[in-house]
Amino acid sequence: MTRRLVSWIILVLGATYFILPLFGMFNFSLKMKRGVLSFEAYRVVLNDPQFQQTFGYSVILALLTIVLGVLIVVPTAYWVRLRLPGVRPYVEFITLLPLVIPPIVIVFGYIRLYNTSSILPLTGSWMGTNILILFGYAALALPYMYRAVDTGLRTIDVATLTEAAQSLGAGWTRILATVILPNVLVSVLSGAFLTFAIVIGEYVYAALLNLNTFGPYMVWMGGNRAYEPSALAVIAFGITWACMGLINLFTRFSKHTKAQK
Amino acid sequence: MASLSSSVMTQARPQRREAWLKWVGIIPFAIFSVMFLILPTLYIVFGAFQTQAGAFTLQNIRDLNTDLIRAAYAISIKISLASALIGCVVGFAISAAVVFGGLPKWVRGPIMTFSGVASNFAGVPLAFAFIATLGPVGIVTVLLRDYGINLRVLGFNLLTYYGLVIVYLFFEIPLMILIITPALDGMKKEWREAASMLGANTRQYWQYVALPILFPSLLGTFALLFANAFGAVATAYALAGPAFTLVPITLFSQIRGDVLGNPQLGFALAFGMIVITGIANVIYIVLRTRAERWMQ
Repeated sequence: MTRRLVSWIILVLGATYFILPLFGMFNFSLKMKRGVLSFEAYRVVLNDPQFQQTFGYSVILALLTIVLGVLIVVPTAYWVRLRLPGVRPYVEFITLLPLVIPPIVIVFGYIRLYNTSSILPLTGSWMGTNILILFGYAALALPYMYRAVDTGLRTIDVATLTEAAQSLGAGWTRILATVILPNVLVSVLSGAFLTFAIVIGEYVYAALLNLNTFGPYMVWMGGNRAYEPSALAVIAFGITWACMGLINLFTRFSKHTKAQK
Repeated sequence: MASLSSSVMTQARPQRREAWLKWVGIIPFAIFSVMFLILPTLYIVFGAFQTQAGAFTLQNIRDLNTDLIRAAYAISIKISLASALIGCVVGFAISAAVVFGGLPKWVRGPIMTFSGVASNFAGVPLAFAFIATLGPVGIVTVLLRDYGINLRVLGFNLLTYYGLVIVYLFFEIPLMILIITPALDGMKKEWREAASMLGANTRQYWQYVALPILFPSLLGTFALLFANAFGAVATAYALAGPAFTLVPITLFSQIRGDVLGNPQLGFALAFGMIVITGIANVIYIVLRTRAERWMQ
């Protein structure tokens, strides 16, 4: 009995700590009009052309990062499981590097390595900088994407599926696109949503590479406005929550389909 | 796993000319990781030991020994240690309450989902949430002021050591919950039964059985939380701007505008960060492998 009481006390205290800031930001975001609660801050933010531009930019970057990440991770994880099980620990170690090396150090390396006087002057042009940040974000999302896809591959018989597809005359691209990918789609999607949540509000890479994405926009608003930042924080929290919710939804959905067989 | 690799072996042997072909499959990944992870990091590491002309030197590392940089490392390490320690203790308490606390089953799902959200809700929006709560006109600040408690007068400010620890806990505690709950789930009922058969009470069970088994997990996660806080830039930057001289923020300003007045010093500063998060992660990896022995 006392144990249950202590558990409830811990839970309530914890919940208070986590709910207060969320309530605080929501409450603050409604206070733009003096004396009444209103969605004025949201209206101002959503109608700000800068918001639309930077947010749209970040959404495109996030989607392209997901495509790039899938193109890099799925074939690699598949090939390692099929043909190179011995190198799996090394590949896994590399995919964890972005958690070991602080992102700010990696982007510092990019700026020095790919500056205008190097062999590959990616930071010299707008297009090059965008390519650089896409690959940078793909690297940043690598730990999550790889783990998700690799876990998905564990549940299917890669070797048998490949042999079956090959005996029917399929080439590698076809095997990957029409046999492997649909089988690990749920895992790919969880990796994708996590990637989306990470990229959409990312600040350090964008700021140091001088790209006007949503992250730098939020920081600028934080320094210059009072109520709008809270509205932005609520929006960002909503996006994170939606991404995690969708991951849960898809995972649960896939469990049901698995259970049927 | 074994059956898979053996079937691959028997399949690959007759086709010897395909032996080198199997390496082709990971070339894209190899190029990607060399270009966007390994080379940039090595460039920083080598840069830390080079003069501007490219000759080997230890001077950059020695130059780190200034009041400003020493203070930056000290405050960064202090904040990371404190937020990792409190994050571990509180996260463990919540996990234990969920797993062993006799709470209704339905609380678990929402807590785990929320932890997934909150551990990813770092950076700029998190700073805004806390400004709206504990900032000068934040909801808690105003509420307490109405009851005659003035946080300013008491010396509380979000832009201090304590303030930043409170903010960092918002992603540290959920991360702890996400990692440690599976470990607590893995604690076998038989261990507890065996202990009580031998006459152990609850305290003795925790002291001599449960905690020693969990110790690698706990310390390993502590190291991970430490590295997580140490590398964080956006949250602190959105709270305080360049004024708050943590190591990553000093590095951020250095990359933007050479505030230290010595381009090579930036490399040394970044190298110091790699060393510290590297040590923390080696501890995490080694201890996790040890922890997994008990979880099979």
